[in-house]
Amino acid sequence: MNTTAFEPHVLHTHKITKYFYEPDKFQVLKEIDLTVHKGEFLSLVGKSGCGKSTLMYVLSTMDTDYEGELEIAGVRLTDKTQNELAAFRNKHIGFVFQFHYLLPEFTTLQNVMIPALKLGKYSRKEVEDRAYAKLEMLGMKEHALKPTSKLSGGQQQRVAIARALINDPDIIMGDEPTGNLDSYNTHVVFDIFQELTHTYKQTIIAVTHDEEFARKSDRIVEMSDGHIVR
Amino acid sequence: MRLVIDIARTHLISKPRQTIIAMLGVTFGIGMFIAMVSLMTGLNNFTEELTMTSSPDIHIYHDVTESRPSVIEQVNVGGINKVHHQKPKNETPRLRNAHQIAALIRRDPRVTGVAPSISSQVFYNYGPVQLSGNILGVDIIEEDKLFELREKMKEGRIEDLKANHDGIIMGRGLARKLNARTGDRVVITTPQGYTMTLKIVGVFQMGLGSIDNVRSYANLSTVQTILQQDHLYVTDINIKLKDLLLAKSIAPGYQRMYGYKAEDWETANATFLTGNIIRNILTYSVSITLLIVAGFGIYNILNMTIYNKMKDIAILKAMGFAGRDVKQIFMIQSLVIGFIGSLLGLAIGYGLSLLIAQAPFNGGDFISLDHFPVNFDPKYYIIGIVFGVTTTAFAGYMPSRKASKIDPIEILRG
Ligand SMILES: Nc1ncnc2c1ncn2[C@@H]1O[C@H](COP(=O)(O)OP(=O)(O)OP(=O)(O)O)[C@@H](O)[C@H]1O
Ligand SMILES: [Mg+2]
Repeated sequence: MNTTAFEPHVLHTHKITKYFYEPDKFQVLKEIDLTVHKGEFLSLVGKSGCGKSTLMYVLSTMDTDYEGELEIAGVRLTDKTQNELAAFRNKHIGFVFQFHYLLPEFTTLQNVMIPALKLGKYSRKEVEDRAYAKLEMLGMKEHALKPTSKLSGGQQQRVAIARALINDPDIIMGDEPTGNLDSYNTHVVFDIFQELTHTYKQTIIAVTHDEEFARKSDRIVEMSDGHIVR
Repeated sequence: MRLVIDIARTHLISKPRQTIIAMLGVTFGIGMFIAMVSLMTGLNNFTEELTMTSSPDIHIYHDVTESRPSVIEQVNVGGINKVHHQKPKNETPRLRNAHQIAALIRRDPRVTGVAPSISSQVFYNYGPVQLSGNILGVDIIEEDKLFELREKMKEGRIEDLKANHDGIIMGRGLARKLNARTGDRVVITTPQGYTMTLKIVGVFQMGLGSIDNVRSYANLSTVQTILQQDHLYVTDINIKLKDLLLAKSIAPGYQRMYGYKAEDWETANATFLTGNIIRNILTYSVSITLLIVAGFGIYNILNMTIYNKMKDIAILKAMGFAGRDVKQIFMIQSLVIGFIGSLLGLAIGYGLSLLIAQAPFNGGDFISLDHFPVNFDPKYYIIGIVFGVTTTAFAGYMPSRKASKIDPIEILRG
């Protein structure tokens, strides 16, 4: 049934363990082993406080204070320096957050272009063309020159997805990407994610509290109390 | 790098009021610095030049008041001798072998001019009134080489003195007090009581009241006659050097070699030079204070900006901006504020200087001056901009570093 299991893996963890020391010593992540394959649309679910966000920050390379091993796109990321990790994120990981977190002073187009300009792989003109292409794919092309503060929540989230896609990352991570959207926009975002994974072989991990969203995705990983239970 | 600049620019433009306020702080500091430094150094240079042109690089004279060992000290060497209120010996201020000394010094390659002269106290008689002043016996041509007298002549020419045995060139202030002009005759009296009538052949103005109000130039022979001395009588030798900064090191050598006091211009004008230093200290300390205040303004505004932009910084970092990129974004902002603020400050400082230079100012009898002397030396404009940009760089560094250290997780977690 699960055909993606035959694809090469994009993300792999080995016994990821993390503690918080404030206010008391407390183990949030307990020996997490997780493998995500290329083109997989994975939902991460679990009760509030079980450690989903914490795991996402570790997977995203922003949190380096953990034990165990993390590997993305064949690169072992444990023990890399902050600067190396920043460069890695830029090239290989796309983010979609619950709150849209666009840069308010910039236009839609500029927001999408920034990670690509940072990468510096393409000329400014090429970056602009690519940004337009991504915006078109998400139905946001006509809003390209608007300041992002003039967009609705659903529109902003689509711009955020376009931005996450601009560098053709190996994996897109979302922490409750539809958490702040109404059911219509949740459907829109879900459909986009599904199209990306199925048509473009994009890999996506999304934390969600939406059961329907999780059920319709390719694979559900459930966490409880710092463990992966399913 | 270009991206970082674009982001910095967007931040600056999207909050124009903050940006302008921060810039005005720097503008004010630099503007005041330029205005103050232009006026202060203008005054300093003006007075310095006056003093410089009116005092020789090295002045050799017989210092009759110089303390000398008492007779008892010469006899009882090393003993405990007590001499109260020792008076100077009755010596004339005459320099022995003055012309030989002058000839020797003239051969020194470091020297460009040597002028022997005689100075004496005299009274200028103006009806029943006697004005005390002095008369300088000089070879006017030599004296001109040292003090550029030709340019200071208000009436007559220096050659007129050479041609007139009983001629004098009188200081302008003195001439005014005596109500005398070129062609008039004045009677002078020496402290020894010798009286002579001399003819004014010219009027000079140095610009310093302390000279213009008391001094006249005459020929060496005229003054020798007044003082009833022989034609070898000379009391002073003035020397001009190629490099006046060497005066302090050359003077002691002459003093040892010729046995007369040799005083360099720095020692002679010590009080005046101290005044210069104090003025400079004042200028710089006021300017630095202003700039520190401006620096605090920038520090505050950047801190505020960074506080408001925490989310943006977290997003940038999540998207792959390294701490160093974030630091650059904010450093660029503070440097741009500093640079543009300083440039505006230079413009305003220049404008103020122009205004000050036009303001009428009466130097009174002391200095002949009708406008403030203002210095437009570009050096101070360079110092100003370096100063302004450095201050803003320091002020911006701490907040920028803080921004670079922001942990994105803490912000994104909400
Ligand atoms: N910085 C922190 N210091 C200490 N404890 C923390 C910190 N962040 C999170 N925790 C704790 O770690 C646990 C896991 O938090 P996490 O945010 O990962 O939960 P979550 O699964 O994302 O929950 P939700 O579904 O509500 O977002 C919680 O008990 C939380 O209180
Ligand atoms: Mg969470």
